[in-house]
Amino acid sequence: MSLQFDKIGVVHPNGRRALASVALSVAAGERVALIGPSGAGKTTLLRVAAAGLRPTEGGVMLLGAQPWALSSRALKGLRARVGFVHQAPPIPPRLRVVTAVLAGRLGQWSLARALRSWLLPGDAAGARDALARVGLGERLFDRCDQLSGGQLQRVAVARTLYQRPQLLLADEPVSALDATTADAVLRELVGYSSASGATLVASLHAVDLALRWFPRIVGVRDGVVMFDLAAADVTPERLAALYAGDAGPGVAQPVEAPAHRATMPLASA
Amino acid sequence: MSAAQALRPELRDPAARRRLTWAIAAVVLLWPLGRLAEFHPAVLLDPANAGVMGGFVRGFLPPAADAEFLHELLQATLQTLAIATAGVALAFVIAVPLAILATRSLSIAALGPADGRWRGRVLRQGVRTLMVLARSIPEIVWALLFVRASGLGPAAGVLALAITYGGMLAKVYAEILEAADARPARALLQAGGGRIAALCFGLLPLAAEELVSYTVYRWECAIRAAVVMGFVGAGGLGQLVDQALKGFVPGQVTSIWLVFLALVMLAEAISLVLRKVLA
Repeated sequence: MSLQFDKIGVVHPNGRRALASVALSVAAGERVALIGPSGAGKTTLLRVAAAGLRPTEGGVMLLGAQPWALSSRALKGLRARVGFVHQAPPIPPRLRVVTAVLAGRLGQWSLARALRSWLLPGDAAGARDALARVGLGERLFDRCDQLSGGQLQRVAVARTLYQRPQLLLADEPVSALDATTADAVLRELVGYSSASGATLVASLHAVDLALRWFPRIVGVRDGVVMFDLAAADVTPERLAALYAGDAGPGVAQPVEAPAHRATMPLASA
Repeated sequence: MSAAQALRPELRDPAARRRLTWAIAAVVLLWPLGRLAEFHPAVLLDPANAGVMGGFVRGFLPPAADAEFLHELLQATLQTLAIATAGVALAFVIAVPLAILATRSLSIAALGPADGRWRGRVLRQGVRTLMVLARSIPEIVWALLFVRASGLGPAAGVLALAITYGGMLAKVYAEILEAADARPARALLQAGGGRIAALCFGLLPLAAEELVSYTVYRWECAIRAAVVMGFVGAGGLGQLVDQALKGFVPGQVTSIWLVFLALVMLAEAISLVLRKVLA
């Protein structure tokens, strides 16, 4: 098992409950999409899966270990094996693209290697390979503040691919991308998972993308798992029930400016 | 706030009362401080005082420029610069580890939060107390103590600056780092990165400019502090000012003041260049 939640619950310090009695098992190499209305608890669920948030109830098994029973050193080692694509790319604008990507392996590097890479990028070839997968191989030595929001998000994806995690978690990885780029980025994430055997769990706003790229779909609403089905078994009725009262299931929206799409075609698209 | 809004409690800004209270408290507390400091701006505008001031100022012209004095001035300037630079360099070495320990956004145990959180909190509080202790005694007092202990000379000034400025730099470094967006650093810690790696790849790119500008400004302050410490026997320009005032040679004081001006302009230029490089 790559990930196992045993009836976990999360109550935030302000008293708001984010998850209630969530039971979920994800086998190694499996690909799962989390869908549900905004505020359903998808991000919280992913943070628990990344050992970044400790559930207030229930137990977590992550890559064969109980993260919250580990020593801080072992927990650090476990976290280095988990990749996370954040919804807002957590990359300082003044960092160069190459450095931002190399930061993906900080958990695996010694302090000396990290500092060397900070001063002078050590593995530029590796960073370039990861960037080429998201269509940004040419921007290696640009500064991140010269990129558009969508390009920055792709740099964040490249960082996570460069990390080579055994469990790849993605929180709305393509919500800032236009439809074509979103599809291409998901293809890369799925491709990485099938090539390396890594588990992939992604929350997605766009239901069509979830159904297209993921064999297993988990519907979350109000902190509770509503359904956990093969993609083929997700019926329009179930989706309607999941999103009842919300603006409705989303579809991939073009957000990135067309100019960027024209100048920066994806290598794989 | 409109009347209609005031009547509806759910629309009332919960922060409004607190903000107003603090604004009033600030004025009430500051007013007596102004009186205590005998701050009377009107005196400066009194025409009777202007004449006295004018005569006083004329005495300081022209600046002294004889070769012997200029040589002495150069020596003293270099000594003051050396005291300030060595003092700030030592202070930097003291401040960096303290600041890293005190910065909340670099806490690994805050993720989760893990069990080590309380230990981290106690450690951070301890470090902050150390920082307060270091800067609670003015550098001039340290300098007096060190002059007693190690005799007259620049070493006393360097040590005094290192302690006080170490505390100041650590405090402000930690605050600048905490004011920066914590998410990049936290994402790196979340992916198993270490504290120093998260600092370099996550926080410094956001805060470098401000950190450098504050450090150069502190170096400028250290030059002034080194001058003041010269009065108590730590050498440099301060000693020269002391001599000029005691011997009442106003022209020399003017020359020395021109050197101060040049030094501050130098610090300004360095800061500008460094910030341009980092921007």
